[in-house]
Amino acid sequence: MGEFDDILKEFLVESYENLDQLDQDLVALESDPENRDRLASIFRTIHTIKGSAGFFGFDRLQAVTHAGENLLVKLRDGELRLTPEINDVLLAMVDAVRDMLAAIEATGSDGDKDYSELVRRIEEIQAAAGSDAEQTAAESSATDSAETDTERSEPVEQPATDHGSPGTAAEESAMGQQEPATKRGPAEAPTQSAAASASANRSGGGGHVKESTIRVDVNLLDKLMNLVGELVLARNQILQFSATQTDAAFLNASQRLSLVTTELQESVMKTRMQPIGTIWSKLPRVVRDLARQCGRQVKLEMEGKDVELDKSVIESIKDPLTHMIRNAVDHGIEPPEERVAKGKPPEGNLTLRAFHEGGQVIIEISDDGRGIDVEKVKEKAVRKGLITPEEAEQMTPRQAMKLIFLPGFSTAEKVTNVSGRGVGMDVVRNNIEKIGGSVDIQSHPGQGTTFRIKLPLTLAIIPALIVKSGGERMAIPQVSLLELVRLEGNEAKEGIEWVHEAPVYRLRGQLLPLVYLNEELGLTTNEEAESLNIVVLHAENRRFGLVVDEIVDTQEIVVKPLGKRLKGLSMFAGATIMGDGRVALILDVFGIAKRVGLVGDQDRALAELEEKVQHSEENTVMMLTVAAGEGRCAAIPLEFVARLEEIPADSIEQANGYEVVQYRGHLLPLVRLASLLNAMPSGDDPAKLHAVVCRVENKSVGLVVDRILDIVEWRPHMERVGTHPFVAGSTIISGRVTDLIDVERLLDSVEAVADTTVAA
Amino acid sequence: MSLHTYCTFYIDNFFFGVEVEKVQEIVRYQEMTRVPLAPEVVRGLINLRGQIVVAIDLRRQLGLPDRTDDHKPMNVIVRTADGPVSLLVDDIGDVVEVDPDQFDSPPDTLQGIARELIRGVYKFEGRLLLVLDIERATAVSAAA
Repeated sequence: MGEFDDILKEFLVESYENLDQLDQDLVALESDPENRDRLASIFRTIHTIKGSAGFFGFDRLQAVTHAGENLLVKLRDGELRLTPEINDVLLAMVDAVRDMLAAIEATGSDGDKDYSELVRRIEEIQAAAGSDAEQTAAESSATDSAETDTERSEPVEQPATDHGSPGTAAEESAMGQQEPATKRGPAEAPTQSAAASASANRSGGGGHVKESTIRVDVNLLDKLMNLVGELVLARNQILQFSATQTDAAFLNASQRLSLVTTELQESVMKTRMQPIGTIWSKLPRVVRDLARQCGRQVKLEMEGKDVELDKSVIESIKDPLTHMIRNAVDHGIEPPEERVAKGKPPEGNLTLRAFHEGGQVIIEISDDGRGIDVEKVKEKAVRKGLITPEEAEQMTPRQAMKLIFLPGFSTAEKVTNVSGRGVGMDVVRNNIEKIGGSVDIQSHPGQGTTFRIKLPLTLAIIPALIVKSGGERMAIPQVSLLELVRLEGNEAKEGIEWVHEAPVYRLRGQLLPLVYLNEELGLTTNEEAESLNIVVLHAENRRFGLVVDEIVDTQEIVVKPLGKRLKGLSMFAGATIMGDGRVALILDVFGIAKRVGLVGDQDRALAELEEKVQHSEENTVMMLTVAAGEGRCAAIPLEFVARLEEIPADSIEQANGYEVVQYRGHLLPLVRLASLLNAMPSGDDPAKLHAVVCRVENKSVGLVVDRILDIVEWRPHMERVGTHPFVAGSTIISGRVTDLIDVERLLDSVEAVADTTVAA
Repeated sequence: MSLHTYCTFYIDNFFFGVEVEKVQEIVRYQEMTRVPLAPEVVRGLINLRGQIVVAIDLRRQLGLPDRTDDHKPMNVIVRTADGPVSLLVDDIGDVVEVDPDQFDSPPDTLQGIARELIRGVYKFEGRLLLVLDIERATAVSAAA
């Protein structure tokens, strides 16, 4: 009986996959009703399910798919034209099939729901095509191409009850593959043909997918992942041990072990990656149904389906994403008449984009609808008591938009069936932040709204800062990390000031609330430390400094859950195993901030908004200050700084009179800032050069500097001294005269030089 | 007729047992990483071949005084609905077979926390085997 169960399981898996494809096909078909290939593919899928249902003896499933199949025959043969109404019925049929599959999965039978109403509806539509339709369908299909001959003629020729016979199953397999089904037993045939048609659907004709991929149980992958984790630990121990050894053969072997382990780890990680398309594939259907329900016309476009994310990330963004899509259709995109009146095409555009950026994955959801009405948002927030009218007045549109993320906020005029189910944007934001992501909005009234979700590639392995506090090692996820500050000597004592009972540190003129990790955790630190390590963190836009005893290093750590028993500890996000085999806890930065009262409740959210109101008036710019040449300081706007690199002096090459280095597969022109500013070179000729890689749009340049000094917040005010082409002006930063580099201009000029040399 | 098999261990002067099927393995003393703010019965986390396992001190769970520092506890790794959990015990005893007829419910005079953790008693020659309720013994009350 075990074999039968396996076959049934496979049937379910295949069928689910096919149904998802079916949803997409049906929705796509609506805009292109004449596409016979799609119709044929839909037909094949339903036909396969019907055949398998017969084989397994699921009569209800068979009856529904049989009716659907008959309707599809008419569509395919052109006797009926696909209308949205017909499509509704077909989608309802798909839903019914899905329900029954779920029932089969749960109970082993196809449930006891009554689908006769659905079948009657399908038959009614069918009948509308003409009473002699059946006859015609049979005849016309006979003249069609031989490739799909069996399936096309069969449904009309045979009564539904006959499909259970093994003969039919074998017949079906013939369309998917040549091997005689009888040889392998009829039982396997339906699933095989399903696989063939599924892969044909996905790859647009070719059946090669089937050969290059296999199905693997997720549990097995998780187990593999754990085993590799253990292997890594064993490897680390061997490496530690090998440091004390001199045997060359042993050292060689441990080296190889190390390399192979790293590669193995990476490969296993990759097996957990899934294209985001796996969850997107359900969206066309969602959008279509919603649009019909709300009386909208929506065109959904999706870019970057192949972008891969860890399975667990994918799973946790599924619901937030769906919710945001619902919002976009329900609130964002206007009804067709309204759009036409505004001079827009009646059909609204909804675009999903996924792409990589800076080691993270970005998902953008944009609509060209009415945009967020800032005034309405403010009014609502005031009415709900989330902010005061005075606060509302002071807010910039950007801040006001963020109000929609506050708990207890919903912009929907009326609570509709579609959105406003009590799941607000605050839940969306929480869900995304829980997995270390963030979400941001941009909206232009009348032009549309864009939500931008940033996500980590994987949850399982994250870069983290390892710190020590009260003798315990702990890991801080780097997504929350802003910077590290170390105070030594006198500064360690005097640098800390007190606002009543709250310790603060002045970080570039701004007060940074401090949290002593050992105190929060109830740990004791015995010795009076000479230096003070502050880890500057952010949680929900609040900055705070976490005081730790020691900063150890940064590491890629494997995140493991703490389990249900310790779930109540909001200070910890999980645990990891360090190189020496001991366990270290991972701090939950958000949880810490919440515990010390920095974020969480609504008052705090308001305080945060208020703070931002004040800050925006200051209108400061972040600047990177560098030393270039004897006694010269320069500042580069941080927004143009892509990376800070160390370049070995011997890797510099010459290209057309420019110094260049090979940088990530491209040539990066280098500009020596000291000579650009006509400053005296600082004399020494180091083996490594510090380069600030600046990027404007897609042009890059490496500015070679002597030293990186600091990052400062700067309120634009400067004087023009002299007429240096690439210096926008001079100002005083941290008590020193500093030249402001005009990066845009400099990059233009670098390109101009490159252009002329290419032309020559 | 059908004998029950128990894995036994000692805590203080008491002789405890859990069904052998519920025991995944016995591990000698492991370095633990303490979990700040966790309830005091949680002594720490151990690395069980790559899996992170919570170690629960049965002495504390039973309200007994702590072991002295030179007496390192043993880990009895038991299977629970939420994965393996380590029970810290003083010493490991034998695996014993018991006759279900010898089973008795705990005396009514047994009070307090122990009453909840002890499912019953097997009467042995000269000593009593206390049967531990694993789900309750591994329960951690809401974090402080």
